[in-house]
Amino acid sequence: MATTRRARWTRALRTPVGLAASGFLAVVVLLVVLAPLVWGERAEVVDTGNLLQGSSAAHLFGTDSLGRDIGYRVLVATRLSVGMALLATVIGVGTGLLVGAAPVVLGRRTGRLVTGAVNVAVAFPALLLALFFATIFGVGARGAVLAVGLATAPSFARLTQTMVASVADRDFVSAARIAGVSRIRLLVRHVLPNIAEPLVVNATIGAGGALLAFSGLSFLGLGVQAPAYDWGRLLEEGLGRVYIHPEAAVAPAVALVVVGLAFNLVGETIAKGMSPRATVGRTAGAPHPPGPRTATGPRRLEPAGSTLLEVEDLHVAFPFAGGWATPVRGVSLAIRPGESVGMLGESGSGKSLTALAIARLLEAPASVRARRLTFQGTDLLTADPRTERELLGASFGMVFQDPMTSFNPTRPVGRQLAEVSQQHQGLTRGAAWARAVDRLREVRVPSAARRARQYPHEFSGGMLQRAMIGMGLMGAPALIVADEPTTALDTTVQREVLALLARIRAEEGLALLLISHDVTVVRDVCDRVLVMYAGRIVEELPTDRLGEARHPYTRALLDAVPDLETSRDRPLAVVPGRPVSPDALPAGCAFAARCPLATERCRTDDPVLADAGPGQRVACWQTGENLGLPAFPAATSRAATP
Amino acid sequence: MTTREAAVRSRRVTVSRSVVAESPWVRFAVRRSGRLLVSLWALLTAAFLMVHLVPGDPVRAALGAAAPNDLVEARRHTLGLDDPLWLQYAHYLRGLATGDLGTSMTSGLPVSQVIGDRLPATLELAGLAFVVAVLLAVPLGLGMAVLTRGGRRPRVELGFTTASVVVGAVPEFLVAVGLVLVLSVRLGWFPVAGSDGFASLVLPVAALATAPIAVLARIVRVEVLSVLDADFVRTARAKRLPARRIYLRHVLPNALTASITLGGLLLGALVAGTVLVENVFSWPGLGSTIVSSILSKDYPLVQAVVLVYGVAVLLVNLLVDVLLALLDPRSTIREA
Repeated sequence: MATTRRARWTRALRTPVGLAASGFLAVVVLLVVLAPLVWGERAEVVDTGNLLQGSSAAHLFGTDSLGRDIGYRVLVATRLSVGMALLATVIGVGTGLLVGAAPVVLGRRTGRLVTGAVNVAVAFPALLLALFFATIFGVGARGAVLAVGLATAPSFARLTQTMVASVADRDFVSAARIAGVSRIRLLVRHVLPNIAEPLVVNATIGAGGALLAFSGLSFLGLGVQAPAYDWGRLLEEGLGRVYIHPEAAVAPAVALVVVGLAFNLVGETIAKGMSPRATVGRTAGAPHPPGPRTATGPRRLEPAGSTLLEVEDLHVAFPFAGGWATPVRGVSLAIRPGESVGMLGESGSGKSLTALAIARLLEAPASVRARRLTFQGTDLLTADPRTERELLGASFGMVFQDPMTSFNPTRPVGRQLAEVSQQHQGLTRGAAWARAVDRLREVRVPSAARRARQYPHEFSGGMLQRAMIGMGLMGAPALIVADEPTTALDTTVQREVLALLARIRAEEGLALLLISHDVTVVRDVCDRVLVMYAGRIVEELPTDRLGEARHPYTRALLDAVPDLETSRDRPLAVVPGRPVSPDALPAGCAFAARCPLATERCRTDDPVLADAGPGQRVACWQTGENLGLPAFPAATSRAATP
Repeated sequence: MTTREAAVRSRRVTVSRSVVAESPWVRFAVRRSGRLLVSLWALLTAAFLMVHLVPGDPVRAALGAAAPNDLVEARRHTLGLDDPLWLQYAHYLRGLATGDLGTSMTSGLPVSQVIGDRLPATLELAGLAFVVAVLLAVPLGLGMAVLTRGGRRPRVELGFTTASVVVGAVPEFLVAVGLVLVLSVRLGWFPVAGSDGFASLVLPVAALATAPIAVLARIVRVEVLSVLDADFVRTARAKRLPARRIYLRHVLPNALTASITLGGLLLGALVAGTVLVENVFSWPGLGSTIVSSILSKDYPLVQAVVLVYGVAVLLVNLLVDVLLALLDPRSTIREA
């Protein structure tokens, strides 16, 4: 423990901030101790021959009204300025600690009164409180120290209260309380040691504030009185003749700013040294293109011709631990106009990232790469931003997973629909609003005209999701990408939304890419299924031939769906094991570790997506040998999950 | 406890008939004005006690040690300082209610008249500085957030954060001195002091606004960054709205909650900050008045100025809460 703490401090001190802070601290301490001893007498030497002089060789910052050297006076004033600030901080922290911890000792009712008083006091700026107390304690150094100290007390009291409250709820304090430990002992032994560290950090930063506040009072003539002098007073004297000799004001001002900041830096360093959290290292190196192209890159799909969307060899990579993680690795797919395609896979298989990459919604630091990405014949990889915006804005609709967070909470729902048409169809505000109401009606939102004026939090989840589908219909979409559109909804509402998607698709003749982890959802709505695993499409087949799926992963997914014949006595089937992490992909087939059929070849060679029947493609080495298998032997794993 | 519960229940029965009473807005208004009244009472009482907490005799202190005893006695009598404390408190409250703030000990003028003469100049300064701070800090914070989102431009981010921490820590009177040194003395662009037209406003306003700009811009940036990650921003991008519209209509309104809270605190501090800045620039406002009256021990005047500043701070806090409630109607419901 001690060694780690020391290591933390060493690390904190070695940062640029830490070095600067300790350097400043050393200089300030030296000046506080030595300056009055070394230069104290010279700062008092009256030179009547050199009154109110400017900068010269003898007096770098000039002389004051008695001919005394301002440079020396600034150096000597360090002790009084810093000393008063520290004294004020001690008063402020001490009072704040007493008041803030009082509720623990005083018991409930009085404690609440104290808390209330602190809450009132904390609302007033410290400077106002300082003036208030300065009036009471009278003009002078003593009054100003008390004033600054008491003015900072409420914020320290509030800090103490907050921290005490968080500590007081912890188990060891409750245990001590039950054990009959007295309140005072509880406070001193159990609570205070646990809040000491943040208090020290804030006190150090507070000392910087106290220095500036105290100097402010001196500057106003309410603090240190002649013949004593601190930086605030020197600044005030210097400002009086700022036109003639500005350097007289510069010296104390610079001293104040530098030392005020030094306290802040020291506070930051202490905070870093105390915080057990290690500093998170930056990702090393410049971004480089995602990993090498797989030798097994999928071949071209069926001829483009009438395809609406065409994707070839899509990769998505993110910077990760100094290198790159690639959660989408060479996805190829094509969607024809009016077709309904499902994308099936566990969470983390890369489905949503694929959708976002196709929709061109991934931003840096994500890196998207593909051999081909066309929508309605336009190459999205090379299109200029304007073309892309116009094309996708008009013909590409997106439906996201969680409708409650996918609408802007500060704008009426209708407005959020209407702005699509205002932007992309050039409709006026009124016409766009009318279309929004019409679209809401189209997706069966009851009393659409009234609802359009409401805010998202006034809608139910299902209704919001329908509104989002309506938002996708504001233009003339050719494709709607729905990313888990029903996952965040109640089961009963799920069916409604799916039925709506199916109806809209049929009526408007648009294509649908439905992303889901739910086999039944995809089977109900889609013509064709793409099964994704670890960033790859591992199988593709028509929905009506799902029973002939060959990839062990697809079969496992299908087996995991309960139906009327599923025995209720046995645990539900699950796909055994966990999905692989995109930053730790194995050399061979990514599914090998979870696959009951895996052989040595599966662990070394990555299988390619290859034709396996009419409209069917599969990426698996074992399908050939297991063609005749009526059922995937998932039964063996049924009880195997922990 | 039980009687209170019963009282609450009976009250609920009587008010539940009215639809208005069920509205979260009414609950909010009742709760918030209750808090305002408590704070106001604390302020009034503190200002009253301030004069009585001064060690020794405030009249003697104001008139000086050399003043004859009968003059001090007479002045004590006219100020009502002979009366028992509770009676003085009652007189004080009655005076406040009728707008009578007492008489200045040094000038002999009614305190309310002095305040009336001086307050507009201070309000002008504080109000203008606040408007300038908000108008500069919000676009600055938004712009920095957009530039540095998702870990982009780490050097810009480091530079901005460092600069805003440093600038935000420098108190307004030092900024004021710095501005005077550079812009008035060196370049001669603006007058060094006084209140004479627009040019004389520039430096005091800049001095007051500088630190709040830094602090507010930093908070706006952090807030905007967190909103940029929100789902609804992705939705707005999926709608292919132009970047400007996304940032101004979808991001900014959702990023302002914490910024408004902080803005209120800054405005409160800004009101108090006028004290120092007015003294640097010899600005004829309440700030120079309070300092001169503290120095001359003109207690009725000090008391009244403290009251005015305090009430200003309370009003700012009220304004912030109302604004927050208006921006996010859910917050008032949640709080209830």
